[in-house]
Amino acid sequence: MFYRESGQFKKTYAADMAVFPILQDRIGIAIILFVAAVIIPLFGSTFFISSVMIPFLVFSLAAMGLNIVTGYTGLISLGTGAFMGVGAFACYKLTTIFPNVNIIIWILASGFFSAAIGALFGLPSLRIKGFYLAVATLAAQFFLEWCFVRIPWLYNYSASGAIQVPQRTLFDLPITGANATPVTRYLVLLGIVVFLTWIASNILHGRIGRTFMAVRDMDIAAELMGIRLLPAKLMAFALSSFYCGVAGAVMMFLWYGGGEAADAFNIRQSFNILFMVIIGGLGSLIGCYFGAALLSAVPLILKFGFPAMGIAIGSQTAEHINHLFVGSLIIFFLIVEPHGLARLWQIMKQKLRTWPFPY
Amino acid sequence: MDLASLLLAPAFFAFDLLGLLKSIFVTPFADMAAMPDLLVQTIWEGLVSGVLYALIALGFVLIFKASGVFNFAQGIMVVFAALTLVGFHEKGVPAWLAVFLTLGVMLVLAIAVERVVLRPLVNQPDIILFMATFGLTYVLIGLGEFIFGGEPKQMIAEQLYIPRGPIDVAMLGGRVTFQKIDIAAAVIASVMIIALALFFQYTRIGRALRAVADSHKAALSVGISLNQIWVIVWFAAGIVALITGIMWGARSEVSFGLDIIALKALPVLILGGFTSIPGAIVGGLIIGIGEKLAEFYWGPLVGGGIESWIAYVIALGFLMVRPQGLFGDKIIERI
Repeated sequence: MFYRESGQFKKTYAADMAVFPILQDRIGIAIILFVAAVIIPLFGSTFFISSVMIPFLVFSLAAMGLNIVTGYTGLISLGTGAFMGVGAFACYKLTTIFPNVNIIIWILASGFFSAAIGALFGLPSLRIKGFYLAVATLAAQFFLEWCFVRIPWLYNYSASGAIQVPQRTLFDLPITGANATPVTRYLVLLGIVVFLTWIASNILHGRIGRTFMAVRDMDIAAELMGIRLLPAKLMAFALSSFYCGVAGAVMMFLWYGGGEAADAFNIRQSFNILFMVIIGGLGSLIGCYFGAALLSAVPLILKFGFPAMGIAIGSQTAEHINHLFVGSLIIFFLIVEPHGLARLWQIMKQKLRTWPFPY
Repeated sequence: MDLASLLLAPAFFAFDLLGLLKSIFVTPFADMAAMPDLLVQTIWEGLVSGVLYALIALGFVLIFKASGVFNFAQGIMVVFAALTLVGFHEKGVPAWLAVFLTLGVMLVLAIAVERVVLRPLVNQPDIILFMATFGLTYVLIGLGEFIFGGEPKQMIAEQLYIPRGPIDVAMLGGRVTFQKIDIAAAVIASVMIIALALFFQYTRIGRALRAVADSHKAALSVGISLNQIWVIVWFAAGIVALITGIMWGARSEVSFGLDIIALKALPVLILGGFTSIPGAIVGGLIIGIGEKLAEFYWGPLVGGGIESWIAYVIALGFLMVRPQGLFGDKIIERI
């Protein structure tokens, strides 16, 4: 009833292969983009934008990166945090060495450094798979984490080991550093995330995406069908790390604004993003947004929501409850819907399609 | 001299490759030969941490063999068991009773895990079960912190008659110090491993466990209750966790920092193979000794602290040669 494709005829192959072939989807995405780009910056409070929307977008991007390699290609990676760190440090080094180049270019370019490192650590995936590979990616995580602390060149020899994001402008408007308003940072971030989602969607719907999925479903069979595993798996790692790297760069530059990077990109961050992907739905782009929204909202609700309702809980207790809650949530979702929130969304769409009839 | 200054120094482009090669391949061995007592000490320390890694890995292997679940929560089970023990003792329960009560708690935990997590998720893909144990990890962290608080606690070592203090042995022209507690840990670990092997080999339940490990379906068809078996292996892993927790806690202290150390058990696991108990032991010893030797003799080359990742590199090296680990079952892939 509300979501019906009947009457929408495709006249060309291109129209059939479009990312949003159904009119309702196009309307929906237009509304979402309008809300995100116009309504929220106009009416959202500073707190909402800087503590809710910016983390949400950063995590969505990182989850998208992990989903490419874990959800679409079936290679479990536990090194997401480290690959994000590579992006953050690459961006920091690039912008301090070449301060005159626009920061947005560097944010996107830092993804390539991360991609190179990711492809390097993806090499074992040709020989080992499954949980063995998951543990192998931990090598990347711990080795890179060690590098972030032990190589002072990365943080420009600052005494505390922290990096301080310099001020950079776009059209004379500061978008990073202390003087950038949350709204500008949010809009820049939104632009980057939307652009990269669009690219990811196109890549994953095309030949490369189908290659990934063939490898995921059965890599030997994929090889027999003529897919070369070496380029396919390395490409998956590189692409995934590219997204994670950009996510790390925007995390440092548009959200944190500095700090001890080694703390931000530790193993917990990797797990956190893995949870987002699993709860959101493996192999689904929209799932990344759902997962990121849920898992970045839970700590906030516990931290600010309960005190606002008059239930006082200490920050320590809030953290404990957060652990407990996130853990239960993961188990609950896995039992109720192992395919994640994305599958729930599909079921909902199906219900909307047949409403008011049950089927 | 650390890696960065090495890379950045102007001398980097002109530095002598020979000197580097020498400091990698010659000097450490010369050091070892020059001071054999130090070498023995380093190997012993590696051996001890290797035993503890092996104990954690053992818990993983038990569960993986019987249920095919990669139990990420083993590390936190160690912490949880140790905290429960200390918590009971703080309430005034005598030490021996506290041990039994803790075993009871681990049994309840095993039953709860089977009921709440494993049973509804039967027949799901491996990664889903893996993620469920991730969830379990978080629940246990939250629960443990909630009940016992986040501060590190002292293990009740004296009350459990765990010996303390060093033994100095003069050998190889020097003195080597052994901690009594480390010797105790090694002995207890060996006893436990032998007990587990006997249990697996000669008891009815052990046979059932091996049957389940071979094939779930075949085991079901001859009337073995999977649910019961799962409770038993999770309980067995809980016992291993408690013993690991006691030994580890007595060496340092009981805190949630342990769960990161438990990640060290993962390279042990892939080195030995997920399904092999001897693999867990040998893997643990290789990793333990390898990382201590690497840290001590090669660590200073790159500024130290390589202990955090060298284990993974050693394991990766082995994996490149044997993708199923040293003792793992051969991976047969069908289309």
